[in-house]
Amino acid sequence: MATTEVEHRRGQLASLSIAAVVIIVGVPLWWRTTETYRAWLPVSQINELANLQLQLSADVEVVFARGTVTPEQQKKVPLTKTQDEEHTVDEDTALRYRYETKYRTANIMEEDALNQPSAADADLSLHTLSESLCGSLVVYVIPESSSLLPEDVDVYIGQRRTALLRNGAQMRVGRTIEQLLAHLEPRIRQVLKVMSFSHTDITAALSGRVRLSPGNKESIADSMRAFKSSPGYEITFSLLNPDPKSHRLHWDIEGAVQTYIQPLLTKLAPVANFSIDSQTLYYAMLGVNPRFDSSRNAYTLNSDSLAHVINPVEARLGSNAASSNPVLNFLLYAPDAQHSPLYIQDRQKQKVPSNAFHSPRWGGIMVYNVNSFYGPEAVFPVDINIDMAKVMGVFLAQLRLLLGVQSTTTPPGFLVAPCSSTGLADWELDRLMWSRSVENVATAATTITSLAQLLDQIGNIVINDNIAEQVSSAVTSLQLAVAELEAGNLGFALQYSKEAILASERAFFDPSLLHLLYFPDDQKFAIYIPLFLPMCVPILLSLLKIISDARQRRKERQAKKD
Amino acid sequence: MAAHGCNYSALLLIICSVSVFIVADSQDTTLSGGHHAAAVEDNPQAATEAAGKTSEQPAVEERSWEATEVEEATLHEAAGDKQDTPAPETEAPSPVPQPKDDFQEELVIRPLHSGDIYASFQFRTLWETDFMSGNKVSHYRLFPKSLGQVISKFSVRELHISFTQGYWRTMQWGQPFQPAPPGAELWVWFQDSVTDVDGTWKELTNVLSGIFCASLNFIDSTNTVQPSASFKPLGIGNVTDHRFLRYATLPREIVCTENLTPWKKLLPCGSKAGLTVLLKSEKLFHSSFHSQAVHIRPVCQDWQCKTTSWELRQTLNVVFDLHTSGQGKREWSLFKMFSRTLTEACPLASSSKIYIDITDDPQGELFELSPATPLLSQAMVLGDRRTFSVYDLMQPVTFGTVRSLNPLIRWKSSEGDMLRPLLHAERYVAGYGLQTGEIHTLMYNNHPYRSFPVLLLDTVPWYLRLYIHTLTVTSKGKDNKPSYIHYQPSKDRLRPHLLEMLVQLPPNSVTEVTVQFERALLKWTEYTPDPNHGFYVGSSVISSLVPSIVAMDTNITMDRPLFSSFFPCKEESSFFVRVYTEPLLVNLPTPDFSMPYNVICLTCTVVAVGYGSLYNLLTRSFQIEEPSPGLAKRLANIIRRMRGVPPL
Repeated sequence: MATTEVEHRRGQLASLSIAAVVIIVGVPLWWRTTETYRAWLPVSQINELANLQLQLSADVEVVFARGTVTPEQQKKVPLTKTQDEEHTVDEDTALRYRYETKYRTANIMEEDALNQPSAADADLSLHTLSESLCGSLVVYVIPESSSLLPEDVDVYIGQRRTALLRNGAQMRVGRTIEQLLAHLEPRIRQVLKVMSFSHTDITAALSGRVRLSPGNKESIADSMRAFKSSPGYEITFSLLNPDPKSHRLHWDIEGAVQTYIQPLLTKLAPVANFSIDSQTLYYAMLGVNPRFDSSRNAYTLNSDSLAHVINPVEARLGSNAASSNPVLNFLLYAPDAQHSPLYIQDRQKQKVPSNAFHSPRWGGIMVYNVNSFYGPEAVFPVDINIDMAKVMGVFLAQLRLLLGVQSTTTPPGFLVAPCSSTGLADWELDRLMWSRSVENVATAATTITSLAQLLDQIGNIVINDNIAEQVSSAVTSLQLAVAELEAGNLGFALQYSKEAILASERAFFDPSLLHLLYFPDDQKFAIYIPLFLPMCVPILLSLLKIISDARQRRKERQAKKD
Repeated sequence: MAAHGCNYSALLLIICSVSVFIVADSQDTTLSGGHHAAAVEDNPQAATEAAGKTSEQPAVEERSWEATEVEEATLHEAAGDKQDTPAPETEAPSPVPQPKDDFQEELVIRPLHSGDIYASFQFRTLWETDFMSGNKVSHYRLFPKSLGQVISKFSVRELHISFTQGYWRTMQWGQPFQPAPPGAELWVWFQDSVTDVDGTWKELTNVLSGIFCASLNFIDSTNTVQPSASFKPLGIGNVTDHRFLRYATLPREIVCTENLTPWKKLLPCGSKAGLTVLLKSEKLFHSSFHSQAVHIRPVCQDWQCKTTSWELRQTLNVVFDLHTSGQGKREWSLFKMFSRTLTEACPLASSSKIYIDITDDPQGELFELSPATPLLSQAMVLGDRRTFSVYDLMQPVTFGTVRSLNPLIRWKSSEGDMLRPLLHAERYVAGYGLQTGEIHTLMYNNHPYRSFPVLLLDTVPWYLRLYIHTLTVTSKGKDNKPSYIHYQPSKDRLRPHLLEMLVQLPPNSVTEVTVQFERALLKWTEYTPDPNHGFYVGSSVISSLVPSIVAMDTNITMDRPLFSSFFPCKEESSFFVRVYTEPLLVNLPTPDFSMPYNVICLTCTVVAVGYGSLYNLLTRSFQIEEPSPGLAKRLANIIRRMRGVPPL
């Protein structure tokens, strides 16, 4: 009897120790060997970024010229005012615009500048006086009697970051400075809307993140037209010559790019890098056959068939082998001798004067009729020099549209200075930089949050150190960009937002996140079960038996006691 | 006497090998003016992504097409800007700029002795520009933009890529104009400004794989070598340091329509005009041999080499099998081969010609060519003087009254014999079993009295472990000691074996090179999807200056047909030949690929049986049990219980 009891006890101990070994050694070993390496990610900071609170601050300086303020008003004048405007775009995105307005009177040099004969001269000399920072604005309030502006113009918007504002007649004398400011307030607000960020621009920039309410079709079309923000763009000019047998086309693209395009791109350099190339494609046909219009004795392309024009050409354009930046295509199409002249018709069956059209986020096409360059007795092939001024005027306009330089509708009484040789005013660049920074911040934040979400959802993706590094550098740049926007340093904000977008994309598209095969959990169990079942079942059964034995013994002991 | 003979042959060997080196060196004419370091853009990820990327299709939407309204302001401004540059007026024709590029096209047709037809297309674009200096080249006319971008981005000095389907049968067909191994071959000389050659090479192969729709992205360090002597630059340049050379072959690559289409896109006339209209894939791939290639190199513009230009040569070689397609008749025409006839030259070409080789038939006894052409041309090609009938497509008279050209050859007799090619090689694997084997390379020198040296290049993947001590070279039963051996052993999963040697081939002899190898076991993920098909070993490359029977042309700038001007010829007495052997197909020991499943089953059984019984032994307590009573006793007990009697 005693020997069986001892034997029984030994069996129980053995099974207990085996269970202990399995639990203490086996399970951690299995856990460690099947674990995937996951570097630490700044999850809490990413979650903060998911809720995007952007504050845009613009510094505005309002300068009163002589004759706009009375001496007693002038005493109070150096003062500062801050105005906030809040917008909630959707549940995780909120915008706050802050205008920090400084009021002061003009100094002597500025007075001299304002005494120039014309507004353009005044604008230029004011610009040379003080180099205003990116994103800031100066509004000069000039007396009503000033001869700088034409009769019906109240506001002149210069090529730089200055505007001239004519003081209203009723505000001559005898009012307090508060009343004067209250009167100026809505006008200055209008100027700001034109020269600095406007709510529509900013919400359009957020369109990648926030679903816009349908209805405002015009603004959606505007926001769809421009290319998405990218750190670089490739601009390709292609000359399409479908008929090299009759036309030998020559274009001085190199000189034209230097003269017309390069100044604009130099100006846009803070926004993105641009690279330009050009090619000539022969036997490149349009996808539609133009219809002959006998009333005009010309061939016409209808606006509704334009959508089918590019597809066959597109195959020949070729993608850029050297980079993955978006490509802006500008095609110059010289119709073949049998199909010239060729005109584009708009919806109202009217000839489009520029004979060009553009496609959103793709590029533009211009039809260049060459049949007028030679007479009926010409000997083919004819050498034709293309007038690049005409062509580049159209392409420049299209380029501005595609890059998102919006032509703003100005309120009545506003006069906008014609743009300079660079084709872009400073304030237009600022507007572009505001919306690009916001767009970059929004895109990078979305990328980083969705990456974090993905990594959180799929538990067995390996996260290498370099990805963690990219993610944290993206997060740091994003935070810096948001902070700089808040501080009103537009240049730095754009710079940091570009870095953020680069780092976040690099992390998101890192091949190491893909190349590892990860199995769903049910398949893993299908592999493990045949291995674990034969091991675990005896252990579990003997553990159960020990427990039931122990319980029985206790019951017996109690019965004995009783 | 024997000693004397030995000395003599050794002397000859030395002289010959020295001459090969001199020739190899002198191929690299020094270019006046140094190369400026081209900026190497460091954007590795972008390149690989760009290769596969096609631009997004614009969403076709009602609103998406807008007429461009050019604001008056912009136009005026633009016009205002224009003032400093003279505006080209419509009436006054301003001088037309002289184009700096030039395009030529050419087709050579040679009836082969086997009854097949060899057609070789060559398209050459010359562009006087400088990719090597710092300023960026970005305006393209005839030169394709995609290749230009590749050259300038990766600082490529010379690029040679070929895609071949089928094997060129040298003994039946003679030497091809442009030799190429089966599968894909890529060799690139980088400029000496490139610092990370391996990284650039990796990116370049990825981009090219996108451009040509080929699996060039499978080129990695395990199949890339740096030959020290076999692949010298074919263009001008002063770098012969083989650090900047990369060579790789993919013998498994299948070439088909998807490779032809991007190749045709690089041509200025596309497939719309000129000789390219003949390139229809349904006919081109219904052939015994198809090889297409792209060669880019810098060349001299004139004999003084004052100006250099870039040359892009696109070649396409096809051998049509007339026995299968000609319904038994020995008759051949352009229409029969390509199902197209020619109606015009490419309007962009400065020369457009068809050459038909009539050397074998000077008197018109063997075959008849119609329409007859008065133009005859002679060219030295591959050590032979050949006569060609020429059709010049730039002359309208060529097309005759029917305005289409369809040359026709009708054979009268099937006699005639071919001049045996002077150099030819073959290769096979010997041995049995799956452990060891032996690679045999046979090189034939068919020259009756001249011996010449050849450079043999062998690249063998790491999973065939060469025993280099078993390397033997024998000619005419005697040991033939190579005068130069460059051997780079393989590293597992990192780099292949590279064996280069300079061997003297005695006249009228067969030289056999043998080396033994052992087959390695791969990891189960390293096997190809069809491992029992076997593993390919790329062709050996034999490069040589073969003594010529006729004096070769050494004037590089003289207007010569394109097919005879590919390999630069530096001396009159010999010509350069490159011969590729067959690729090898080697079986490796392959495991049973249901193995993981078997392993799971086996372990489970072992665990269940072994572990279970061990566990029972350790934990169960065993005791002797009373034997159970027999059946009769139990029955009796039941009956006794029923009767109320105590059981037994």
